[in-house]
Amino acid sequence: MFAFITFFCGLLFGLGLAFSEMTNPAVVLGFLDLFGNWNPSLIIVMVSAIAVGMIGYFIKGKRLTPLFANKWQVPSLRQIDRKLVIGSALFGIGWGISGYCPGPGLTALVNNPNEGIYFIIALIIGSGAHHIQTRIVKM
Amino acid sequence: MDTIFNPLVGGLLIGMATVIYLLSLGKVIGISGILSQLLFSKERLLPFLFIAGLIIGGSAYGVLTEQTVAFPETRSPLLLIVSGLLVGYGTRLGSGCTSGHGVCGISRLSPRSLVATLIFMTTAIITVSILN
Repeated sequence: MFAFITFFCGLLFGLGLAFSEMTNPAVVLGFLDLFGNWNPSLIIVMVSAIAVGMIGYFIKGKRLTPLFANKWQVPSLRQIDRKLVIGSALFGIGWGISGYCPGPGLTALVNNPNEGIYFIIALIIGSGAHHIQTRIVKM
Repeated sequence: MDTIFNPLVGGLLIGMATVIYLLSLGKVIGISGILSQLLFSKERLLPFLFIAGLIIGGSAYGVLTEQTVAFPETRSPLLLIVSGLLVGYGTRLGSGCTSGHGVCGISRLSPRSLVATLIFMTTAIITVSILN
């Protein structure tokens, strides 16, 4: 059941990216080009996704546990720290360079493999660097 | 019509995926986090299935939907590599990307995610305006 729902949610999420054309970096760059030839369509995507998401969190508030798991695993950190600020700033720069964030980057492996392969290998190296860094700090 | 209909349907699908995932499994959808679980954790089956579904769904582009904007001409590997490194490192350091902070985090009114989203939107918009 867990496996099926996980796959199904990935599929729905991917279809959502495809329908909204977020899989196309030209659309994303058009959305980020606020001071140029701006394409606002991704605002509709964000707002509709968040509106549906809010209904989900409203329902969550009324339930003790999820349907198929015994506890909620929603992030509980509330502190705004340097890591959050610097990490998000670097992510935004990377996103603005290519128009790929992680989801559309993964779909580019199929949609646009000549680009996707370089982006995803570099993304894996970047996350690996952070993974190694946190392990060294822990030691 | 398609200019409103497609993004609306896309957003609703993304929202439904996050809600079904949340209410049935109790977890938040964050693509960067799921990908790093696939790479660096011992529990690999579920992240693999999610990412397989994501890639299959995401490649329905142009099959189920009308493509309104052409893909960019293939850009230089250097640009893509610099971008990938920043996105990979930045999303892990900042604990999230467009999905985890932007969609799920704002849905649950997390102050960390609101700040993260404002920051990555701002630096992305500045980057695009410099590069154009």
